[in-house]
Parts: sequence; structure tokens; C-alpha cells
Amino acid sequence: MVSRRDFLKITGTAAGTAALTAVGAEASAPHPDLDPDRFGVLTDTTLCIGCRRCEWACAEQNGLPHGDLESYGDTSVFDEMRRPNAEAYTVVNRYSPPAGTQQPLDVKVQCLHCEHPACVSACIVGALEKSPMGPVTYDAWKCIGCRYCLVACPFQIPAYEYAEPLTPRVMKCTMCAERTLKEGRAPACVEMCPPEALVFGPRFELLELAHRRLAENPGRYHPEVIGEQIVGGTSWLMITDRPSAEIDIPDLPNESPSVITETIQHGIFKGFTGPLMLFGILSILMKSSSDKRKEKEDENG
Amino acid sequence: MADSMQQDNAALPDNPHDGHHKAQPLFGNSAVPFFTPGVIVIAILAAAGLITFAVRLFLGLGAMTNLNNQYPWGIWIGIDVASGVALAAGGFTMAFIAHIMNNEKYHVLVRPALLTAAIGYTFVALAVVVDLGRYYNIWHVMMPSMWQGNSALFEVGMCVMIYLTVLYIEFLPIVCERFIGRVNLPGILGKLNGFLDGLLRILDKTLSRVMSFFIIAGVVLSCAHQSSLGTLMAIAPSKLYPLWFTPVLPLLFLLSAFAVGLSMAVFESILASRSFKRPIEMHVLSPLARMIPLLLVVYFAAKVIDLVNRDAWPLMFEANFRSMMFWIEIVVGVVIPAFLFLSHRLRRNPVWLFSAAAMVVFGVVLNRFNVFVTGYIPPYSEGQYFPAWTEILLTVGMISLIVLIYRAWVFIFPVLPAEEEIEHA
Repeated sequence: MVSRRDFLKITGTAAGTAALTAVGAEASAPHPDLDPDRFGVLTDTTLCIGCRRCEWACAEQNGLPHGDLESYGDTSVFDEMRRPNAEAYTVVNRYSPPAGTQQPLDVKVQCLHCEHPACVSACIVGALEKSPMGPVTYDAWKCIGCRYCLVACPFQIPAYEYAEPLTPRVMKCTMCAERTLKEGRAPACVEMCPPEALVFGPRFELLELAHRRLAENPGRYHPEVIGEQIVGGTSWLMITDRPSAEIDIPDLPNESPSVITETIQHGIFKGFTGPLMLFGILSILMKSSSDKRKEKEDENG
Repeated sequence: MADSMQQDNAALPDNPHDGHHKAQPLFGNSAVPFFTPGVIVIAILAAAGLITFAVRLFLGLGAMTNLNNQYPWGIWIGIDVASGVALAAGGFTMAFIAHIMNNEKYHVLVRPALLTAAIGYTFVALAVVVDLGRYYNIWHVMMPSMWQGNSALFEVGMCVMIYLTVLYIEFLPIVCERFIGRVNLPGILGKLNGFLDGLLRILDKTLSRVMSFFIIAGVVLSCAHQSSLGTLMAIAPSKLYPLWFTPVLPLLFLLSAFAVGLSMAVFESILASRSFKRPIEMHVLSPLARMIPLLLVVYFAAKVIDLVNRDAWPLMFEANFRSMMFWIEIVVGVVIPAFLFLSHRLRRNPVWLFSAAAMVVFGVVLNRFNVFVTGYIPPYSEGQYFPAWTEILLTVGMISLIVLIYRAWVFIFPVLPAEEEIEHA
């Protein structure tokens, strides 16, 4: 006979888990140890001329398929909005000119190297890592190919080599980590950019630069440094002439998406308190119910 | 009733895992043949699924699936993995009721539920393998140097691996029971018979002493990863449709796992009885079903409170594909079966009981499918994901293989209660 008590016990277990989840949600999320002088890049879209030389330089640097530099002068690619993919870490998209001008707005798209990256938090084996110096890097050797990073990224940046049968990789901009981290040299796209629409340097300096430009030329810019706050900040910053939604930046909170999962994970599993408590409760239940059964049998016998 | 129990006590050792009921393999105890026309169809589908599985390991994800950079996860994760884990919840929920709460009458349902869980989780692991781009690296998850405690997927992976081991250990006494006193190797190997029999007896004895630990561990591990499976999608707040995205996804996954665990026990018991032409175990299924409405109500309440709390409920009344999926999930999967299970009369009717259990099973599968597939909205989408025929074939094939292996196991091992047990009940 299943008594009402049993129902209550089952639901009690559920309520316990609920309480743990609630406790976890209140805890603050840990922040990775970032270097105060960490690198970043600032994209000033108002300076971009849409020459797409950054795309070529990136492909050249990262061993991605590419034609010669001249072929990147082809502006017909601007007819549609493109996304970075397994064969291109970065692409430039063209938007209509601001009211009263002729010059279209060109926007370079690539990994923003979040300060608290969801992809890194999601990665089951630590194949994706946030360098304290800024870049979010990928180690194909560790990767098991679960693609949880693609699910986690709020900007839909990582691409997967689906066509590769046995050794597919996650493909995304690494801020040319092998150059930036080892030599302190600017990423290939930045070095290539003719109008200096891209600037490489310590993130805090780039933030100052961006705010200076916004202050000095308020008519030219929308007063927001994209990447200063969004999803907890990104190493790659952008300033542009219009609200970020109009250049297809998703509307995201100023908190990393991984804060939720990390607080839940840490709330429940920190020191295994949750599971151990449950183990203890279940042991007591099992003991008491088996004692009760023995008593009953003794009575009957 | 008390008399018959006393008798059983005398016949069998007091082992929490064996319970006091006698189980028998179907071979030699049932008139039903292993192969029937239906089973042959299932075997063909299973073979096709196995071939698809093998081909996928060599041809890659691009060739075999419609997955892309917008939709990195498809039905292999949404159905084979996420729904597979949920539907295998019968293992831990029945272990809780029968062993931890010591409800003897439910012991007859424990072995079938345990078997379903063991096979189910094995296939969850296989589904993960087939979906991994670099499946040969799966061992990385076990290397402490690569552990990544922030990842909900890491938690799910570890828990599932450990739980699968626990399930196999929980199943071992059944293997021992099958072979103790019956070890009969042919020819020269026959000399080992006595030795092997002795080993089995030692194993059985040791297991019976430590089984309580594994039973409790199994419940703890299940609660942990059933909920963490919900945490998985909590990392994509901007991508998951607000009808499904909530920070309490882990709680909702756990609550629905409780309800579907018991429903699966009812569902598969009736299905097995029909297939093996045995009497349906209504004497245990009806009282078991009485617990389900409460679990469904708790799940339903949590869902409603969450929707109101997040102000997401108006989305239910927008006429679109996703709100329709949501309504089906709630009405067919939760509300209707809760009412059916509440009726004393319908609970005693095998057809209604089966229908209600099937609805809960359907509802939870639809929920997992919605959370992982239909509710997933990439910010830069080019069209909707629809599974490739090879994805569907693999999923159908793997389900068929599960059915086939279940059938083989209950024919070979003492899983189902002896028929006279049911008739005398």
C-alpha cells in the first residue's frame, strides 16, 4: 500500500533539489582571471571601406581556402548577408548608407572573444579556453566534437567542419593567438586593414579610444561601445553609426549566458554537498522503511 | 497474501534486490516464440539502424545529417539522448519506490524497469558516440587533466557513465541467479563448471551485501543527471524560445522524469504482457498509477508558476507552430493523463491505463524534443532544421534494437515474474 507519506517523500526530494537550484541562482558567478593589460581589437565600422582585405589576410594566416587578393575586390558578395563559417573566420557585410550620405556601412563579423565566454564554459573537455590575455582559443586535439559550443555561443560564431568525415574541427577566429600571444603582434586582419578601421592593443586603451571618438564626434557615432557591457563584455569592441540591432547584433543582456548554468552547477555540485545530502536522506529512508517492514513481518509471523 | 509471502521468504534469501518474488526467463516457461512477424520487422529495422550507425562513423556528420552551423543539435540529441535518458527514468523511480521505500508489491516491476534503464542508457551512450564529430576522443571526458567542471555537459557525461556502470552492477544478481547451479560449459571447458559456479556464488553473495549502496547511488546519480540535462539548454537563454527557456529547466526536467519514470514502468509492463501473452499485472500497475497524477500536478504547477513568474505565458496564446507544440505537450502529455490516472475506474482498465501512460511518455518525449529542437532559434537562421532520412533511420533503428534486446534478455534472464505469481496475486 502506498501511503500519502510516500507521495510527500517523493515530492520532498524534488523540493530539496528546487531549493538547491534557488540557492545556486543567488550565488555570484566566478570570473576568469583576466590580465588587466589583456589584448583586444576595436572595429570602427565608420572607417571600413569594405575592401575585404581582412578576409584575405585571415584566410592566408589561418590556412583557410582563399583566392588571390584581387578576387576579394568582388563586391557582389555584399548582395547577401554572410556569416563566418568553417572556411572563413571573418566576413564583411554591407549595410545601407546612413540617411543623407552615399557611403554604405560595412561591418566586419568575427568572434568577439567574450570576457566570460559561454563556449568555454560549455566545453566538456576544455578544448576552448579563454586566455587571460584576451583570445578565446581552440585545441582540436582535446575536442570530442559535441558542438555544445555552437549551441552556447549567443553570437552564433563557432562553425563546424561538417563535411570532414573523421577529423572535423570547430572553426572560429582565434584573434591570431599564435601572433598576439607569442609575439604581441597584431592579428593578420588588423595589420592588413588599409583605413585602420581595426585597432589592436590593450582592451582598456581601446575602450578609452572608443569613448574619445564617440565624445569627439557625436554626430558620426551611435553612443555605444558594443562589447563594453554586452554578455559581460567582449575583448573585441565595435563602434558604429547606428544601434547595434541594425547591424544584426542580437539583443543580449549584460551578463554572460554561462552565469545561469555555472551557478546551477556550482550551487548543486560544489563539494558534492547536494548529492551527498540526497545520499544521506535516501539511506535513512531505506533503513527506516526496511526496519518498519521487519517489524510488520515479525507481527505477522 | 501474508501466507504466500511467508512461503516466498522461506524459498529465497532475504536480498533487497531479489525481493520476494520469483522471476523466470521466458525460454522454457512461455509458449510465445522469440520470432514473430512483428519481431522480424523490428529486427530488419534494427539491422538497418546498425548499418546506418556504422556508415556514419566513416562518412561524418555532414553526409548523414541535416545539421549545420545554425542547428548544431538535431534528433539524435533531442530524441535518442535527451528523451532516452528521460524514458529510462523507470529504473531509478522504481528502485526508489520498491527498494528505498521497501514497497514489496512493486518488486515485480523493478527488474523490467532496471533492464529498460540498462539497455536505454547503453543506447544513450551509443547515440552520443554517433553524434560526436570525434567520437574516438570520448575517453577525454574521463581524463582528470581535461575535466571541465563548469560544463553541464561534463556533469551529464560523468553521471551517465557512472550510472551506466551502477545499472550493470544492479543487473549482475540477475545474471548470477540465471547461472548459479546451471553452469554447463561444453567439452573440455566443462572442467571449469564447478569453479565458475563457485565464483558466481561468491559474486552473488558480495553483491547482495553491497547492493543497497548501489541502489541509493543509482537514485542520486539519476536525480543529478536528469536535472543537469535540463541545465544543458539553460546556457542558451537568447536562443531557446521563452516558452521553454527558464533557469529552472533542471527542476522541470527532474520533475517530469519522476512522472515519466513511473509511466514507463506501466507502459512497458502492459506492452510486455501483451507481447508475451501474459496476464497484465493490474494488481500492481493500478496502485502504481495512483501516484502519477500527483507527480504530474507538481510538474504542471512548477511549469505554470515559472511561466507566470517570467511573464512568458502570453506566448502560449500566440498562434504559431511553437505554441501549438507547447499546448500538445501540456494537454496531451500532462493534463489529460493526470485526469485519466485520477479515475479509480479507468486506472483499473488496462486500455485506459496504457493510454494514459503512453500519453505521459509521449508528452515527455515531445518536451525534450521541443527544448532541444523545435524551441531552438538561432539568431542568424537560414531555414528550419528537419532531420535527414538517415537521422530518422538511425533513431528508428536504435529504438527497434532496444526492443529486440529487451525481448532477448527477458527470454534468457529471469526478469519477468513467473506467471503463477501474477495469477495468484
